[in-house]
Amino acid sequence: MTGIGDYMIHHHKKCDEVFARAEEAAGEADWPRAQTEFEAFTHQMDRHFDMEENLLFPEFEKKTGHAGGPTQVMRMEHDQMRVVMHEMRAALEAKDAEQYLGLSETFLVLMQQHNFKEEGILYNMIDEVLGDQVEKLVGLLESTA
Amino acid sequence: MNQAGLQLEQAPPISVPFRFFLVAPVFLLLAAIALLWRGPTVFEARLSPAIIAVTHLFALGFMAMVMIGAMIQMLPVLQGSPVPKPRTTAALTFAGVGLGTLAFAAGFLFGERWLIRAGVVALSAGFLVFVAAVLVCLARAPSQNHTVRAMWLAVLSLLVTVLFGAMLASLFGWGIAPANNAAHGLHPGWSLLGWTGLLVIGVGFELVPMLQMTPLYPKSVARYLSAAIFVLLVLWSAALWVHDGGWGSVAVACAVAMAEAYALFAVVTLVLQHRRRRRLPDVTLEFWRVGMGSLIGASLIWGARVAWPGAWGIWPESADILIGVLAMFGFAGFVISGMLYKIMPFLAWFHLQSMCAPGKLAPNMKKILPDKNQRLQFRSQVVALALLCAAALWPALFVYAAALTLAAAAVLLEINMLIVVRAYRDHLRKVSEARPVSPS
Repeated sequence: MTGIGDYMIHHHKKCDEVFARAEEAAGEADWPRAQTEFEAFTHQMDRHFDMEENLLFPEFEKKTGHAGGPTQVMRMEHDQMRVVMHEMRAALEAKDAEQYLGLSETFLVLMQQHNFKEEGILYNMIDEVLGDQVEKLVGLLESTA
Repeated sequence: MNQAGLQLEQAPPISVPFRFFLVAPVFLLLAAIALLWRGPTVFEARLSPAIIAVTHLFALGFMAMVMIGAMIQMLPVLQGSPVPKPRTTAALTFAGVGLGTLAFAAGFLFGERWLIRAGVVALSAGFLVFVAAVLVCLARAPSQNHTVRAMWLAVLSLLVTVLFGAMLASLFGWGIAPANNAAHGLHPGWSLLGWTGLLVIGVGFELVPMLQMTPLYPKSVARYLSAAIFVLLVLWSAALWVHDGGWGSVAVACAVAMAEAYALFAVVTLVLQHRRRRRLPDVTLEFWRVGMGSLIGASLIWGARVAWPGAWGIWPESADILIGVLAMFGFAGFVISGMLYKIMPFLAWFHLQSMCAPGKLAPNMKKILPDKNQRLQFRSQVVALALLCAAALWPALFVYAAALTLAAAAVLLEINMLIVVRAYRDHLRKVSEARPVSPS
């Protein structure tokens, strides 16, 4: 059966895929396609942040009893990514490929180092702490799709 | 359970990794100057004082400096475990390796034995501090994934490299012959096949798929390659040691197997990069491609050299020097430069961003260091590699041109790094003017 960590890692890959499609379209200055792909990308990112911030992190914090620590750092990094995505949207609307690609390069490194920490450390903790509710939580995660 | 793994404050201050990165091209330039000064004699014999000086300016001052700086920076991110006392560890390592390299190289270039001795003492101290700090950090890592394991093996290999290096240094510095003649082969062997190669493999398994969005490395390769190379390295060393540096059939078999393992890593990496999801032009990708091509070249020539030692006619020394150029400059030097172009702009951005007011954005990575600057430096480094390979075979003809282009590549690399530093400082000033808070 799929663990919570596995489910979230799989969704990271989906976010990577839509990110790459939007970047590719912007790189080719195909703005209508870039717009569509960018919407798909932000939709998946928002969904991912939502799954973590409104479901997994609170459950994890409830069990471990502290709201600071690793989940707090992850929330801060989500906020950083939101700011970059906001600027990416502005670059897209201005049809400024150079600005978009500079931002997307930055976003990629930011996102990947963030994912690495989640996949290498935090998801393992979540699987351990919330292991008794896997079925319920994965069900809830799937319902957000 | 270790929950300290994701603290933001674990990232060391930006000055910690940057000092290692900024000084590295200076050593590259010094290597080029030494090459220019000593000319063709550098490439005429494998163990001339001049070639020992040039290779160590490069291997210690350029390669090790960047690898150490990057490890101190990346361990907290990749392993969730910070290096203990990062400022002190970095300062001692930086001083030991930096001053030690200068003294060591100067000792060989000017024939001053006391400088060699001082250099060896400083280098050993600097490396031991670093190795101890990283071992503590790895032991505390909350998860022992395959990158952590590869780092273990790389750092243990560094320790072995230092020990064999000290053994050889006792010959040049104190006139005491090494206990075993195998040390002559084992010192460069553990340095390149262990410390450098295993670190690149360990980091590559994670960073190649992440940054270029390639498929993941096959599970069997990711799981077993580093350990297999490490075991072969130990067997190879034992075989050479038993024969006091002589090559028996076990040593040959181990060496050929290691050459094949590294060629396999390079081929798999090139295939994965070919299948990358992210198709945009990327200078780091170009650096990796040259690096992997050089690794294949070095592995094939080394494998052939040890399998058929008699077949090299007039060029036995030249073949060894060519292997060295391809492995050290073509493989390690290109992977290192390529990684610097991702690490430095991102770190500058990341630190600036953490100081910006909420909702404000620091200049993006390509604003901090434009692509065209990276591309120009990449081209100069490719020309330097081609000329250094030619100089390994025909020293008199190519060595001066090789030294001059190497110097140009070093200067352009330093300029690019200073562009990053200037962008960081300029923006820092703007941020502090807008919000009068101490940036530290």
